[in-house]
Amino acid sequence: MIELFHSPSFNFIGRRRWAYAISVLFIAVGLVSIVTKGGLRYDIDFAGGTLIQIRFAEPPTIAKIRASLATIRLGDSIIQQFGDVREFIIRMPLTATSSEEVSRRIESALAGGGVGKFEIRRVEFVGPQVGRDLQLQAVYAVLTGLVCITLYIAFRFDLKGGVAATVAVFHDVLVSLGALSLTDREFSLTVLAGLLTIIGYSVNDTIVAYDRLRENRGKFIPKGQTFEQQMNTAINQTLSRTVLTALTVFFSTAILLFFGGKVLEDMAFTLFIGVITGTYSTIYIAGALVVDWTNYVEGRLRRGKKAVAKA
Amino acid sequence: MPKHLRVRLGLVLIVVAASVWYLYPPQKTINLGLDLQGGIHLMLGVEADKHVASQTDRAAEDLKGALERKGIGLKRIAREGNAAIQVELANPQSWNDALTVVSEFGAFERRDDDQAAGRFKLVMSERRISQLRDDAVRQGLETIRNRVDQFGVSEPTITRQGSERILIQLPGVQDPARAKALIGKTALLEFRLLDERTSVEQALAGQMPETSEILYRREVDKQTKAERKIPYVVQKRSLLTGAELTRAEVQADPNSMGNWQVAIEFTATGARIFGEVTEQNVGKHLAIILDGNVYSAPRINERIPGGRAVITGQFTVDEARDLAIVLRAGALPAPVVILEERTVGPSLGADSVRQGLIAIAASAAIVFVFMLFYYRLSGLIADIGLGLNLLMLVACMAAFSATLTLPGIAGIALTIGMAVDTNILIFERIREELRVGKTPRAAIDAGFRRAFTIIVDTHATVLVTAIILYQFGTGPVRGFAVSLFVGLAASLFSAYFFSRLLFDLVYGLRGKVAKVSI
Repeated sequence: MIELFHSPSFNFIGRRRWAYAISVLFIAVGLVSIVTKGGLRYDIDFAGGTLIQIRFAEPPTIAKIRASLATIRLGDSIIQQFGDVREFIIRMPLTATSSEEVSRRIESALAGGGVGKFEIRRVEFVGPQVGRDLQLQAVYAVLTGLVCITLYIAFRFDLKGGVAATVAVFHDVLVSLGALSLTDREFSLTVLAGLLTIIGYSVNDTIVAYDRLRENRGKFIPKGQTFEQQMNTAINQTLSRTVLTALTVFFSTAILLFFGGKVLEDMAFTLFIGVITGTYSTIYIAGALVVDWTNYVEGRLRRGKKAVAKA
Repeated sequence: MPKHLRVRLGLVLIVVAASVWYLYPPQKTINLGLDLQGGIHLMLGVEADKHVASQTDRAAEDLKGALERKGIGLKRIAREGNAAIQVELANPQSWNDALTVVSEFGAFERRDDDQAAGRFKLVMSERRISQLRDDAVRQGLETIRNRVDQFGVSEPTITRQGSERILIQLPGVQDPARAKALIGKTALLEFRLLDERTSVEQALAGQMPETSEILYRREVDKQTKAERKIPYVVQKRSLLTGAELTRAEVQADPNSMGNWQVAIEFTATGARIFGEVTEQNVGKHLAIILDGNVYSAPRINERIPGGRAVITGQFTVDEARDLAIVLRAGALPAPVVILEERTVGPSLGADSVRQGLIAIAASAAIVFVFMLFYYRLSGLIADIGLGLNLLMLVACMAAFSATLTLPGIAGIALTIGMAVDTNILIFERIREELRVGKTPRAAIDAGFRRAFTIIVDTHATVLVTAIILYQFGTGPVRGFAVSLFVGLAASLFSAYFFSRLLFDLVYGLRGKVAKVSI
């Protein structure tokens, strides 16, 4: 039998202050990056605009592409190499001109620009109305996801667990958004799908730990064991499963990230970060918050009882 | 073999057989999304207001005619906004006669009466407006469907989205620009007389009667691609429109080599009107106008009786063919604008499929090896379950004709990682039971039983997110949600039910089991 951990008994919950500090730090770094960069960079899915993906027969220079676009006054478009050295995307903000007009002009400008033969492989145009609709939908989707998960856990376990799990998930979403901003990636529809997947995945882990806690409490609990210790035991008991599953999902997303192609890259990156932070938050955030919350409530109850006794 | 094992084995075999049956042959049964096979995704907004406005114009025109027939003169009649008509009588004395005529226009309500000045306003009822808006979208949808059918696209999707949007998906179209031109064209064909009393110079200086306007003819130089716009002063009133058309065919242009023209034929009514118009206007010029662009303005030499005409204008054979299609399918009741467009060329789609398949194969391979290495024989059982899981996933997508998109492929790769989670939960549990000293069979039994509730919970949470993704997402993201959803269902069957069966077959049939390979 190969074992990652043999009867582990790490003191996870005891070190929760450290974990809180680290989480706050990570989130703060991400938020600072988002704020200093003037918000998240939205993909045309949300911001609206036109994107054209072109493959050239010979690798051209960005300067040359820009020069030919300048002839039709689109020289300030965003031009990026995309995966292969011959593959580029050109991104233009919303204009009054229609998308077919823009792509027709670009085609003729490039044809006369001495960049060799090329093929237009993808055209995406999102109008202002659709972009706004999608932004709203994205926010609704994430919020609905969080609310549904809270309700599910509150129903299956208790409200404290539901809220703590949701905070943990929210933490994962914030860390992922921060990572996207730090690496200058764009927030697109597929990234949103990745975020929602993280929500499902991260909660999954948390539930496993809660389930074990409940099972243990239903059985014999050694006398004098605090709630903190019980939670720590449950996390340790489910630790090898948590880490093993994290590893397999980690492998899958890593492969998507490195071999899945440029179109999937940002989504894979979100999942990749999400798996790491999702596993971490299960161990350090979700359980720890329930412990602190329970201690706080019990503390107040005790003080309340003392006050009653005095009176 | 005990009976309950045979029943379960039979069930698995049926599932496998059904999966293979649904899946065969894979090229035909798997529905690839536009991002994988290439094609166009268009979201059109119907400018339904313009339909309301044109119907108001038509009513104003009818009202004017009806009043004139009764001998009631008008000082002014004009549309105000989209759905109102301002009327001012030449003589306020004819007020009562005018109201009798107006009362026949049921769709309008009279407001702001000023009898002394002979002024009133007609406003279209809200009900009529919403009916017209709805008509504009419904007829537009029908017309576009007609055009796409004649253009020849296999399996197009053309549906109404919300109240005034139309979603069009054309898989496998090679020339997106052409398809877009075909779909987006309003294709309003009009025959109007030139205003020969006003010169172009006067009109450009703004000196022209209210009943005329300037329209342009576009001329493209075939060598330099430079575009020239030639102005024409055209009367606003159209004598005949494309609505009276029965046929439109492509012909070679006899007067200009290499160019094509579209020959049209009118209905009986259209032919009669055309005959009358040409008879009354011999010597004048008749402009043929499509969507506000003049195509030609030939001089009428004599009465044209047969109801036939040709539209010329430097067309290539494809342009002429597409023009004939839109003329046959009819005009859109209101113009459309492209709100969203996603076009993927076939070569990019093929690249995505290749990379996606590599990613799935690689992540499956890693997970397979990892499970085998870590859990030995039990890992092999999990791997067989994973194989069944993938087979069921793809078969389900084929059976429900779900669409596989690029994010959908990512969903499958991710499902592989998550599907083994169920096995890991069970196996870790079995190991725990073994550690506390249970016999192999009892440990397997307890492991599966104890892990069951948590497996249901983990599936339920991912299910919730998959449903939300499906609800809010569009196109590719929906594909991702579908993969997740189907993957979950398949994982419950393969990782729980099927691997339990394999355990029973391996460890349950022998007399005494000393050790579990886990």
